[in-house]
Amino acid sequence: MIVDALSWICLVAGGLVGVVGAVGIHRFPDFYSRQHATGTTDTLCAILILLGLGLQAGISLAAFKIALIFLFLILTSPTATHALANAAMHGGLKPKTDSTPGEGKS
Amino acid sequence: MLLTFGYGVFLSMFWLLLSGHFEPLLLGLGLASVALTIFLMKRMNILDHESFPIHLATRLPAFFAYIFREIVKANIDVIKRILTWTGKSISPQLVEIQLPQKTDLGRVIYANSITLTPGTVSVELTHDKVIVHALAKEAADDLSTGNMAQAVPDRVIDK
Repeated sequence: MIVDALSWICLVAGGLVGVVGAVGIHRFPDFYSRQHATGTTDTLCAILILLGLGLQAGISLAAFKIALIFLFLILTSPTATHALANAAMHGGLKPKTDSTPGEGKS
Repeated sequence: MLLTFGYGVFLSMFWLLLSGHFEPLLLGLGLASVALTIFLMKRMNILDHESFPIHLATRLPAFFAYIFREIVKANIDVIKRILTWTGKSISPQLVEIQLPQKTDLGRVIYANSITLTPGTVSVELTHDKVIVHALAKEAADDLSTGNMAQAVPDRVIDK
């Protein structure tokens, strides 16, 4: 009963975070800042949804597989994000920034 | 040799947990596939401390706990910025961060940790520094304190 409630809280919260991430993609001004919005969907949203599913699965092989999905997700998604950002930078897409390297550095 | 054996045990556990089968035939096939994998990795010369960082195993749990906390904190910050409708909530910037890590693996873990926490994305990685796109000045300042750099497991192994 408590596990069910916890898992539903996780699933709903994860879904909400995903929606917020989608809102962020539309609100932020340029490619690089939009990547930060997708970052929330990549991490907290996925973590919460997988945690919710894991609680539903209980202690079983399915839960282990969900943990593996989580592990591969946190290994691969930053790599993909970095590849995208790096490709955009090399392609000559200039980010809209408030400061450039060297001047606003502390 | 120890690394090969450790990798074999790791792969066998992995196979067992993924399959969930315990019949002799399937166990034998699984063992054969593990042996084939290790043979191929040996032949390609890619079975080393970089592909199977067992020397970091003792430091990884603390690092995972740390990075998990950071992810949740950074997420809450970014969500707040997305949902701030009045005024300007973001101040994107590019900053250069020094890489104190001595090994390539440590550098990759650090750059990936930067990307994994929302609000900062590593854009360019060179030998001794990483260029980071930060969503806000606070996130950039937070990164230049070097707290995360210290948490990254980075142990030089002598060959």
